[in-house]
Amino acid sequence: MATIKVNRPKLSAGEKIYFGSIFKGMAITLRHAFKTLFGKSVGADELASSGMGITMQYPEQKWDEHLPEYYRGVPALVTDEQQRERCVSCQLCEFICPPKAIKIIPSEIPSDDEWAKVEKRPKKFEIDMIRCIYCGMCEEVCPEQAIYLRPDYIVTGTKRSDMVHDKERLYEIGGTRVGLVNKWNDLK
Amino acid sequence: MDTTLLIATAIKIGAFLGLTLTFVSICVIFERRFSAMIQDRVGPNRTGIPLTILGFKKDFALPIGGLTQPMADGLKFILKEDFTPSYVRKAFFWLAPCMTMVPALITMAVIPFGSPMEIGEHIIPLAVADLSVGPLFIFAIASLSVYGITLAGWSSNSKYPFFGGVRSCAQMISYEIALGLSLIPVLMYFGDLNLGHIVEDQVKNGWLLLPLWNEGGFIIGSGYWGQEGLLLRWLLMIPLVITFFIFTTSIFAETNRTPFDLPECETELVGGYHTEYSSMKFALFFLGEYAAMIIGSALIVTLFFGGWSIGFGIDGLLPTGAWWVSLIHLGCFLTKVTIFILFFVLVRWTVPRFRYDQLMDLGWIVFFEAALINIFLMALLMAAPSIGILGTLFGATILIVATIILVSIAKSVTKPSSVRSV
Repeated sequence: MATIKVNRPKLSAGEKIYFGSIFKGMAITLRHAFKTLFGKSVGADELASSGMGITMQYPEQKWDEHLPEYYRGVPALVTDEQQRERCVSCQLCEFICPPKAIKIIPSEIPSDDEWAKVEKRPKKFEIDMIRCIYCGMCEEVCPEQAIYLRPDYIVTGTKRSDMVHDKERLYEIGGTRVGLVNKWNDLK
Repeated sequence: MDTTLLIATAIKIGAFLGLTLTFVSICVIFERRFSAMIQDRVGPNRTGIPLTILGFKKDFALPIGGLTQPMADGLKFILKEDFTPSYVRKAFFWLAPCMTMVPALITMAVIPFGSPMEIGEHIIPLAVADLSVGPLFIFAIASLSVYGITLAGWSSNSKYPFFGGVRSCAQMISYEIALGLSLIPVLMYFGDLNLGHIVEDQVKNGWLLLPLWNEGGFIIGSGYWGQEGLLLRWLLMIPLVITFFIFTTSIFAETNRTPFDLPECETELVGGYHTEYSSMKFALFFLGEYAAMIIGSALIVTLFFGGWSIGFGIDGLLPTGAWWVSLIHLGCFLTKVTIFILFFVLVRWTVPRFRYDQLMDLGWIVFFEAALINIFLMALLMAAPSIGILGTLFGATILIVATIILVSIAKSVTKPSSVRSV
């Protein structure tokens, strides 16, 4: 391999004194400071800044309308057009969940029920949001298209039990989702 | 001793100590907000009064943009666990934080915060101790703070603090020389070591680096140009500006601020000398550093930018000795110090940290020599009117030759060792 000798760049007398470059640098930092003060920072518009720097100030302003389609927020259960809970408590999500955040207690659907042929539905479905890592494995593994990661991201609570989403809460977040495969529906 | 003076001194000690400590906390919020602005951020802007911890329904958010943040910081420091590792040298470990904090606060004693106040028949200078060796006192006491850092580094009994302590020891001792030598031209100009007199001189004859007015009037008036020695005064600006640069840079090094913050550089030494410290003991280092920064700024302002004087001939229009005039001057002084602190922050985010050998080269080879030459340049300029043209030319020749010799020696020393051996 050929040896390439790299010489240090020759500095002019002004650059050697060093003070000139410092003042140049100060002009840049000061320019940033003033631009920040007047909300004129580079990228302030694209990032929807609050008027100071490029920062969006959180509880007052939110990024929600800029969230991408694929955003993975809290996992939630969905119902279909007939208000049937789509989950059949196969427990695949419980088994795949890497941090073991999901806990399901299955139950049988009584024979006089409209959806008796589905046979099972969850009695209890809990996701511990302290453990959840928002990986989306549950969504991927679900054979019934029953669990989805929603764009919601605000999960707060004052105690640990507040952070466990039970079945009601999960259906409340998930809501109804239409246009999914409906293999249990007679009409189809 | 007169009781009035005694009481006045006690009040001054309390007031100025309180003022400096308050200023430290203001400094912290200024630093955080200004750093944020330089980096296109917002910074801490919403600290309010946490009424909820007292049992109220809602927190009270003051519309002052997070100015109560220092209080929250202070509270946090007090409430944190004060952890002392088992392997440290306890006595010195406890002594070290005090040794950094105390010198910084003592040096405050000689800074004139405002114009002298007239109370009854007494004229009370607004400095705790109106010493006639002001700058010397500051250097003597401020150099003690190196013990604090070195002791902290040694007593922590752990490698990173030790490196930090050793670096700081070498750095502070090196820059003290440049600091002291660079100031000599200023003292030659004033012919006085009393900081109060130095400021009063600047009120009459214009700030040291801004001589835009003198006893004859402002620069645009004809009275200004009628004064004697005006050409010499402007010629003296050359050594004085050099002094200002050396002095300011040395103050940066003395206060361990960037670009000279090698004793605590996070990337190499975790936290440097205060790695093993927590809670209030760490806070004392923190406060000491900021107090030193304030005193440094105050000294620069006092020596080069007219201390408490408003300047531009306005001081002459105000009555002397009235208490409200003193307070206006106090406000003016604090404003100037604040501007300098913002300058410190600006430099922090502008100039990258020096390498250790560059730091030592700068201190010993560049600043030490420059300060020495500067003293003789100042002396030559001041003596020029009395020694005549021939004498001046002779002096100038010697000075130029000496400068060339010094620069060539310095150049040969700073060359990389591989080149030097050839």
